[in-house]
Amino acid sequence: MTLKVVVVGAGVVGAACAFHAASAGMDVAVVDRGPVGAGTTSRGEGNILLSDKEPGPELDLARLSRTLWEEIGQELGPASFELEPKGGLVVAGTAEGLAALHAFAARQAAAGVHIEPVTRLREVEPLITPGLRGGVLYSQDAQVQPVLATAALLRAAVRRGARLHTGEVVGAVTGGAGRVTGVRMGAGEVLPADAVVNAAGTWGGEVGRRLGAPVEVLPRRGFVLVTEPLPVVVRHKVYSADYVANVASSDAGLETSCVVEGTRGGTILIGASRERVGFDTTMNTAVVARLAVQACRLFPFLREVHLIRAYRGFRPYCPDHLPVVGPDPRVTGVVHACGHEGAGIGLAPATGALVTAHLLGRPWRGADPAAHTGLLPDRFFTSGGAPQ
Amino acid sequence: MGRPSDIIIVGAGPAGMAAAATALAGGLRVAQVDSGTAVGGQFWRHPPQHARSAIPTDDLHHGLREYRALSRELSMARKAGRLDLRLAHHVWSAVREGDGFAVHAVDRRDAPRESAVTLHAPRLLVATGAYDRQLPFQGWDLPGVLTIGGLQALLKGGGVTAGSRVALGGTGPFLLPVAAGLAARGVEVVTVCEAGNPLAWLRHPLPVLRNPGKWAEGAGYAFGLARHRIRVRPRTAITGAEGGDRVTAVRIAAVASDGSPRPGTERRIEVDAVGVGWGFTPQLDLLIPLGCDLTNSADGNAVVAVDGGQRTSVPGLYAAGEACGVGGAALAVGEGHLAAQSALTDSGSAAVLGNRRLVAVRATVARQRAFARAMALAHPIPAAWSSWLTDETVVCRCEEVTAGAVRTACTEGGAHDHRQVKQLTRAGMGWCQGRMCGPAVHCLTSQNQVYTPAERLVATPVTLGALADLDEQQ
Amino acid sequence: MSEIIIDGELLPFIEGQTVAAALVAAGRVAWRTTRVQHRPRGVFCGIGVCFDCLVTIDGAGGQRACLVPARPGMAVTTGRDGDG
Repeated sequence: MTLKVVVVGAGVVGAACAFHAASAGMDVAVVDRGPVGAGTTSRGEGNILLSDKEPGPELDLARLSRTLWEEIGQELGPASFELEPKGGLVVAGTAEGLAALHAFAARQAAAGVHIEPVTRLREVEPLITPGLRGGVLYSQDAQVQPVLATAALLRAAVRRGARLHTGEVVGAVTGGAGRVTGVRMGAGEVLPADAVVNAAGTWGGEVGRRLGAPVEVLPRRGFVLVTEPLPVVVRHKVYSADYVANVASSDAGLETSCVVEGTRGGTILIGASRERVGFDTTMNTAVVARLAVQACRLFPFLREVHLIRAYRGFRPYCPDHLPVVGPDPRVTGVVHACGHEGAGIGLAPATGALVTAHLLGRPWRGADPAAHTGLLPDRFFTSGGAPQ
Repeated sequence: MGRPSDIIIVGAGPAGMAAAATALAGGLRVAQVDSGTAVGGQFWRHPPQHARSAIPTDDLHHGLREYRALSRELSMARKAGRLDLRLAHHVWSAVREGDGFAVHAVDRRDAPRESAVTLHAPRLLVATGAYDRQLPFQGWDLPGVLTIGGLQALLKGGGVTAGSRVALGGTGPFLLPVAAGLAARGVEVVTVCEAGNPLAWLRHPLPVLRNPGKWAEGAGYAFGLARHRIRVRPRTAITGAEGGDRVTAVRIAAVASDGSPRPGTERRIEVDAVGVGWGFTPQLDLLIPLGCDLTNSADGNAVVAVDGGQRTSVPGLYAAGEACGVGGAALAVGEGHLAAQSALTDSGSAAVLGNRRLVAVRATVARQRAFARAMALAHPIPAAWSSWLTDETVVCRCEEVTAGAVRTACTEGGAHDHRQVKQLTRAGMGWCQGRMCGPAVHCLTSQNQVYTPAERLVATPVTLGALADLDEQQ
Repeated sequence: MSEIIIDGELLPFIEGQTVAAALVAAGRVAWRTTRVQHRPRGVFCGIGVCFDCLVTIDGAGGQRACLVPARPGMAVTTGRDGDG
């Protein structure tokens, strides 16, 4: 019998789940209250990064995902979503910073990441500020245009029989023994389901609650700056080694350590701040100014370049900064796939493959549930199914 | 920076000038910011003060008596140190700050150099006006094709005409003063294509009859047009422009009431410049990020919702002029006075407009709004305008996205608003951030809803250097 | 009459005119090519909204010719690679 899967969320993670599940022959419906890729997916920079990941469960997922992005590119055409294996360049301004970066990179290399120490930064990145001590080049770092990628994945899923519904999920329908048999929509209709995938991103906490399987997913606000279009002047994703510390930080306040990169459209993206302010959408000009300072420090020529746009989004994070991917132990049939914080674009294909593997009960496209146990929702629960 | 202000007014056009005059009369200390080099906005655009004898423009203007009276009041207050007038300052963001507001601008008096300036005040009044609404057609991106507002700005601001044989097209009463102004400077205005139907006014005769001032203004233009033998062709549209490095001809056609060209009526007219405009788009870039409630306007635009005293839904924030609904200078002046009056009473100062004056201003505003509504209904965007487009017609001028690409985003990409089209095609992602193509892309995707522009957190480009300096100031 | 320098050539203007007005007064309505299709562009909206009229002024790129007042001796370069 064909497994009926409802994927909640038409962002990049939901699209990847639908793509893989449909590819595995499942009967897939994707539901979202809004348009395709209109949430956090459209508010990022399209990062596919290995460089910022500590060895551990997230890096394992990221390495698989990097391979899967390549495969998806081959299958759907890399140009259709601007897949660009541009590489990342992490730089350090002090001898201590560089030593720490090298030590970090060595551990990543041991976990299978390609690294290449760089001493003459300007040979790699001609307009970078002189006077930096050195850096590490991560050739596997890449970029996609996230909304195009999401649309391409969903189109491919639809070609394999998936359907797209616009509407809000208000609850789960459960049968005997607490097993999900469908989701109830806002309009009252019920979509039958053997499994429901919570790919609601930053809103994954709320969707989990409605499905009777709450997980803690919180918003972390980020601003991204966009400059005027220029000829190619920044070749890689360039950031300071401080970035890694900020990504992993749990501080409540503002943290900025910018990533600077060019895009296919000619604009330069400068991201991104991290603030825990709930879903507060107001403009924070101090944050924008701070990002500008840091970008100009890395690339002094940017002082003369115009900012033409800024946007902000809300990254979904779990308290331990790892995504939650796998079956919920409390409600049979609910599978979580959210909480990717700022790495959702990069991690989407592997997340989709891993969710599909969980649903199949066997490995799928290199994703083996037994190899990614660190991402399971079980880690949040002690007993009785209540969040810790 | 001088003494703190009681209110910041962004915009020094008719609404901003009137607001400043009333606020100053009530004893408030006012900071007024405008990107232009002189007060007056678009309607009363003038060359900078020092250049007015070299570039005479008085004969191109209407309502100059009011302009001069307001200018005088502003200039006296400035001398007395009660008005902090910041010309050539471009505001890129306005945010709430504590109980008040911070307005972030760049000072470009010494352009291209720019430096960051931040103003603070407990109250903010936004009177940022509007710009021409455009509908693409084949060849609209050829050099020599301008917005009618652009033709007017060159004329009023620089005494310059962009061509010697000009065709104008679009819809709305603004076509007429531009035609008259060009003709007054020796330009041969070969045709004025008004897509609307003049008889449409008759469906709303009362607002027109109740505005004798508009009659006089209209009669003035009509006289100017007759004197220069300019023919206004109703129910006609410019459907294409031809040329290479510059426009050399337009194609015009009679159109049905839905805007679709009548077969067999197309003709070609040689020109060396073209002006087009389809009403206006209110400039809401500062107001939307501040979280103001919006409302629908009869001309198809979302506008800022205000109460009878021009208060927005955000406490301490007022709006006046075209941002609250396109309606022309007389309406803007009235709204400016009302907004400042509210700011005075809300801050515990004595009101300036006495009862009789207040009643009169309110009556003017109500009358002008009714007139604007009648005008909007008589000059709609024609429903079938997109039938002029071919798949190759450029819709987004900045990123050069074609009508075909926009249509594909809707049919194959499932896009159903201009934001999604932007994500899928880059239409609206370029320098102008969709200010030119936004209304058109909106019409191509969801014709029957009002146009709400994309949220723009950065209202005008600002160099990263100026932003970095702002960080160091903080 | 004062002059600005456009791509190395002197262009007269009347004090108070913008760079765009000076160019238009000299009969020029295009001075830039677009990034993607290399089409000619110049002044369109005339009020700083459309960014068609971008030029480089005294070395600073991305300047709207329709907003910047011409000043004697100002060096304007048009068609800079990457403008718009």
